[in-house]
Formats: sequence, structure tokens, C-alpha cells
Amino acid sequence: MEVPILKQGAVLIATFQAALSDADLNLLRMGLVQQVVKFRSRAVIVDVTAMDVMDSFASRTLREIAHMIRLRGAETVIVGIQPEVAFAMVQLGLTLEGVATALDLEEGLAYLNEKFKTTN
Amino acid sequence: MAKRDGTLTDPEPNRTEQPSELLRELVAHLRQNRTQLREEWVVRITETRLLTAMTKEEIFAEATSVYDSYVEALETEAFEALQAYARNLSERIIPRGVETHEVVGIVLLLRDVLARSLFAKYQNDFKKLNRILDAYEPAANRIANTVAVGFVQERERVIRQQQEAIRELSTPVLQVRERLLILPIIGVIDPQRARQLTEQLLRGIRTNRAKVVVIDITGVAAMDVTVANHLVQTVEASRLLGATVIVTGLSPEIAQTLVTIGVDLGKMNTVGDLQGGIEQAERLLGYKVETLAEPR
Repeated sequence: MEVPILKQGAVLIATFQAALSDADLNLLRMGLVQQVVKFRSRAVIVDVTAMDVMDSFASRTLREIAHMIRLRGAETVIVGIQPEVAFAMVQLGLTLEGVATALDLEEGLAYLNEKFKTTN
Repeated sequence: MAKRDGTLTDPEPNRTEQPSELLRELVAHLRQNRTQLREEWVVRITETRLLTAMTKEEIFAEATSVYDSYVEALETEAFEALQAYARNLSERIIPRGVETHEVVGIVLLLRDVLARSLFAKYQNDFKKLNRILDAYEPAANRIANTVAVGFVQERERVIRQQQEAIRELSTPVLQVRERLLILPIIGVIDPQRARQLTEQLLRGIRTNRAKVVVIDITGVAAMDVTVANHLVQTVEASRLLGATVIVTGLSPEIAQTLVTIGVDLGKMNTVGDLQGGIEQAERLLGYKVETLAEPR
């Protein structure tokens, strides 16, 4: 199942619908990295609220997406990680280092607005 | 089998005895030999090294009452009194560290001792012995069962009670300002409590939409490596939910533990005391606290 990527001003939003296959994740990565430059976006928000399981591949892909997007000149925020998922990830050592996180989409947008204000 | 065939040709006058009559005879026998059998039982208990947590006198005293309740249960075939006694006994001996295998062990020993005495008494009348055992065995097994179940139930009750106590001791997650939670931890943290704290905190972050959490561990004297690691994991998990954690009140011992396990201090936001932690949190959230007038 492909992940839809929505454009909201200077931000791209990708919302995970359910647990994704590895191929879907790879597609998402390519899509985001291409579109972030195409739309001249300043940031990407990946919403994982619907994911109740986060395996090491998904977690690594999220980190790679964040790092690739930084290299493409934008910022990434992962939002909506469930409490149980968060603790399970940390126990597996998947801490998404160097990637911004926020409680939900609203918080993520607020975080980015704050950030855009200070960098403008 | 051969013996059973023999009964057909043997005009045994007592063949029509009712089981209850047999039990009555049995109980009379056990009452008569009370002192001797009880003594033998206690010797067997000490020999097999059961109930090592109790003194010899205590074992003897308990053995006497267990023996009497046992015989009474055989006589009346009413198990309620025995059940109550077993529960009462468990209540007294569980805190002493008596294990399930010991309780089951002593009851089975008593059953064996009594069975042996029956063998000895009726060794010349094999058929009678068979019938007596027919009456004795089911009752004895039921008694053993009742006592064991009573003990296990009591133990489970104690465990449940302790779990409740732990739950009550668990720490509240409190909101002190919009988007600021504090989690004061007091007392010893074992891995189970640590897990519970983490769950509560992460859920609290979600429901209160917190951005900053102050975890105050002034009331925690020491922490082992597992719990310290858990604390670090909690900090990381909170970050994944978009909340910053400030840990306050680290004792020198806990600081030592954290250094020993090699915590990445870049991830840990620590402030000396709770007040400092709250002030830092307010700065992060953009609050500015001002005194409006001189305190009276």
C-alpha cells in the first residue's frame, strides 16, 4: 500500500495508514526525497500514529529518510509515535538519534512554525 | 487379584461393614495411638528436614493440632474446619518462609505414618486392611488436597496483597503547568516498578500533551544498573513522544552508577534540585515567573 504524500504550504506530510511492507517503506523514502526538492519544501512530517508495531527496518528507514532529507536541504519531524511503540523501540536501541520528534501532527506543525520563525 | 478371588470362598463376618463404620474404627485407632503416632510423625518431619524455619517445639505444637484436625476431618468427613485451620496455619507460617513443598510434604508424611500404623495393626487380616484402606485413602487424599490448596490460596492472597501495595506506592504523574509534568519518585525502584513508572509517564505525556517532564529522584537513595538503564530508556522514549525530560535530584551514588554504565550525557538533561528543574522547564516552555510584590 502506497503512502500518500500531502503538500501543506512549505511542509510535506506523509501519513502511515497501517503497518507497511519493506517495499512500501522504500517507495516512501524515494518519493519523499524526490518531492522535497520538487516542491521546494522546507520540512517533512512523517505521521506514524497508525503504526502499533515498529520493527528495526521501519525505524532505520525513518532515520535514513530524516538524514537524506537533511542532505536535500529540509528538516524532518516524526510525529505520533505511540507510548508502547516508543518504549519498545528504545529497548531495541532504535532511538532515532538526531531526528526531531513530536507528539502529533499539530505539535509537529507548531514545532516547525517556531523553527521557521527563528530562521527567517 | 488372587486375594479378591479368595474373598468369595471366605465367609468373612464383617464383610457388610459400612465405610462409615470402618472410618469410626479407624478414628478410634488413631485416637488411641495419638501420642505415639504424633511422635513418629514429628521424627519423620525432622528427618526429612522439612519446616527448617521452625523450632522443634513449634513443629511439635503444630503437629499436635494438625494431627487432631486431621483425625477430626476423618471422623466427621467435614472439611470446612480443616480448611479454616489450614488457612490459619498458612497465615502464620508463610511469613516464616515455609514453602509449598514443605506443607505438602508434611501432610503426605502424616498420611504415610498413619497408613503404616494401619498396616501394622491389621497385618494378620489382609481383607480387613484392604477395606480399611479403601475407606482411609480417599479421605486422606482429600485432606492432603484441602491443606495444599488452602496453603497455595493463602500464598496467592499474600502475593495479591503485596502487588496492591506496590500499585498504591506507585508514583503519580502530576501536571504543574500547562504542558509541564512532574514525576516525583520516592523509595526503592525495582524493575517492575520502573516499568510501571515508564508506562504511566508515557501515557501521561500523551494525555496531558506534555512538552517537558521533570523526573525528581531526590527520594531515591540508590539505583542498580538495570533501573538506571531503564531511566535512560524512559528519557529516550519520552523524546520519541516529543517531550523533553529533565532529571533532578541525582544523589552522588546514582551519579556514580550512571557514569559507570556510561550514559550518554548529551541525552540526559539533569539539574541539581527540583526547583532548578522546574525553573529550567519553565524556560524551555517560554514561561517567565515574576514577583509582583514583596512577600509579606
